[in-house]
Amino acid sequence: MNQQTTDPSEEALNAAFEARIAAGETIEPKDWMPDRYRTQLIRMMSQHAHSEIVGMLPEGNWITRAPSLKRKMSLIAKVQDEAGHGLYIYCGTETLGVDRAELVDQLLTGKAKYSSIFNYPTLSWADMGVIGWFVDGAAIVNQTVLAKASYGPYARAMIRICKEENFHKKQGYEIVATLARGTPEQKAMVQDAVNRWWWPSIMMLGPSDANSPNTAELIRWRVKRKTNDELRERFIDLTVPQAQAVDLTLPDPDLKYNETTGHWEHGQIDWDEFWAVVKGNGPCNRERLQARRDAHEEGRWVREAAEAYAEKHQRAETSNAA
Amino acid sequence: MPKSTSERRPRTLPEENGASQWPLWEVFSQGEGGAPHEHVGSLHAADAEMALQNARDVYARRGPVVSLWVVPSAAITASPSDEAGPFFDPGADKIYRHPQFYKVPRGLKGF
Repeated sequence: MNQQTTDPSEEALNAAFEARIAAGETIEPKDWMPDRYRTQLIRMMSQHAHSEIVGMLPEGNWITRAPSLKRKMSLIAKVQDEAGHGLYIYCGTETLGVDRAELVDQLLTGKAKYSSIFNYPTLSWADMGVIGWFVDGAAIVNQTVLAKASYGPYARAMIRICKEENFHKKQGYEIVATLARGTPEQKAMVQDAVNRWWWPSIMMLGPSDANSPNTAELIRWRVKRKTNDELRERFIDLTVPQAQAVDLTLPDPDLKYNETTGHWEHGQIDWDEFWAVVKGNGPCNRERLQARRDAHEEGRWVREAAEAYAEKHQRAETSNAA
Repeated sequence: MPKSTSERRPRTLPEENGASQWPLWEVFSQGEGGAPHEHVGSLHAADAEMALQNARDVYARRGPVVSLWVVPSAAITASPSDEAGPFFDPGADKIYRHPQFYKVPRGLKGF
């Protein structure tokens, strides 16, 4: 422990902070907060922002090959939304006293993590449907709860995001439902996508509670309001009937309904796969990071041009005023 | 969000990836029907014109928005959060500023 925690005034501030959290108050950027609360939020929010940005890549892969103009427009709009979501959360993170440039640097150098799910490849058009249905569906379950987080800027960003994610999930499910009642080849294609995405999607809600070192602290501070396993249960309960409605099978032979609890119970999750992906060894980790680095590098001239333009006009204004 | 001057950190530019930090702008949007402008978020932009265009693209993607303001975050002066109690105290204990403080004759219908 550092010296600060033994400082009596620090202890009083800490007690007051804990009391505010316990009373359900919202913490705002200028309020006093423990260093640990700040660093945990910076870590969690920046990972979330990075996930939105990296999440544009798997779907961006299919924009030029969308099967119709309607589907193409929807997909472009969805990918644009994800960029906006990244921006909301980066700005929210900046209120904690960290620069966005610093956060972007952490992503590009591989120091920061982002959601494991985006390290899987998008192999067919059906993946666009299943991602909207599963991945955005799981994100909604997570973000609806985060919309009540104790840190005001994070909660407000989540509220904006949740409104937009509903479109993402619904357009995805519409693609799935259309393929599921299409030709036998289309049905097989969407079932294949379901088979590939199901396990990574339930893993994306995070390690099981027994192996989630940050959960207890984040729940005590009301940053998280539900554990990873609770979120996973909620997601599965919502998704099983949706799969049944379009006559698709979820690839878990042990998935069963528990009459007593009223919840669906899943089979064994392959956590070795999850940790391998988190640690950088998923199917697309290197490709995703390289794509971000390239985009950042190729956008350099745009940033420089905008800056030069702004400076030129600033000079003109100053000389006019003089 | 605006910070008080003492809290604002010096601008540091990680040069290794060439990312310079454009100034931060706060975005306010007005909906239809005479609603007031409300703070909706913030963004980085090189100048006001770019801030306005980016604000439209990000914060007014699904109407109905009739007006947007962008304000340099540094131009905002905020009330002190560590003295919020004493700062807002003058308005907190004056119940006579509310209509409930006043009595009207019993039996009066409609007021």
